[in-house]
Amino acid sequence: MPTPTKGPRLGGGPAHERLILANLATALFEHGKITTTEAKAKRLRPLAERLITFAKRGDLHARRRVLTVVRDKGVVHTLFEEIGPRFATRQGGYTRIVKIGPRKGDNAPMAIIELVEPLSEQAVAEAEGALKRAAKERAKAQEAQETAAAAAAAAVATTEEVADEADADVVEQAEAEGADVAEAVEAETAEAQEAADEVVEEAAEGKDA
Amino acid sequence: MAVPKRKMSRSNTRSRRSQWKTTAPALVTCDRCKSPKLGHTACPTCGTYNKRQVLDV
Repeated sequence: MPTPTKGPRLGGGPAHERLILANLATALFEHGKITTTEAKAKRLRPLAERLITFAKRGDLHARRRVLTVVRDKGVVHTLFEEIGPRFATRQGGYTRIVKIGPRKGDNAPMAIIELVEPLSEQAVAEAEGALKRAAKERAKAQEAQETAAAAAAAAVATTEEVADEADADVVEQAEAEGADVAEAVEAETAEAQEAADEVVEEAAEGKDA
Repeated sequence: MAVPKRKMSRSNTRSRRSQWKTTAPALVTCDRCKSPKLGHTACPTCGTYNKRQVLDV
């Protein structure tokens, strides 16, 4: 059983909230997926999931209790005949809420609430496409990792050589050329920087003289 | 009913309103299309959330 709601009702009163939620639940079971505000989606979720639990039970008493909320007999029929059996293996968590950002106009945060098991064949196709895409991305990521590992191994070897050469070159140049080179040397190794600092000091002394 | 006795000066109005501030939303990068989006929200550019197509684009 969901936790009782604290704070103000949706719409302005308890009766109004009941009506709003009943209408939202009807729309959800009719279309399988509805876009609404985050607050309404969050309030709708426990109600819709309880109705699906009634649908899974499937007897006349359950049907009458659902009919007190969802007044449309056609929708209750699809709920009991199609939606309920689809969730037979699931123990709750029948709906999914995805936030889709603020609405133009009043900046209200919007969300999509949908049945986890999709209603139509189109939705099934979409899900399969997503699975394929995920598999492809995983394969690509694995490849990239392998190549990156190989490249890293090669890079370590080359950078060590290059670094050694660069150190020697930089120190020699700094000693030979003086203040101009000191700026370029700053970006290089700490060793080179020390040498360059000495050169700069020497240059400063020369200017004073 | 209690009503204001005096007109509020421009200065007082403006110093009250100087506290109205906006903050930039914290954005994250979309997994699929790399464009900035709000966190924990479907990407408005490519319409995906957790690598699942949620919105029609």
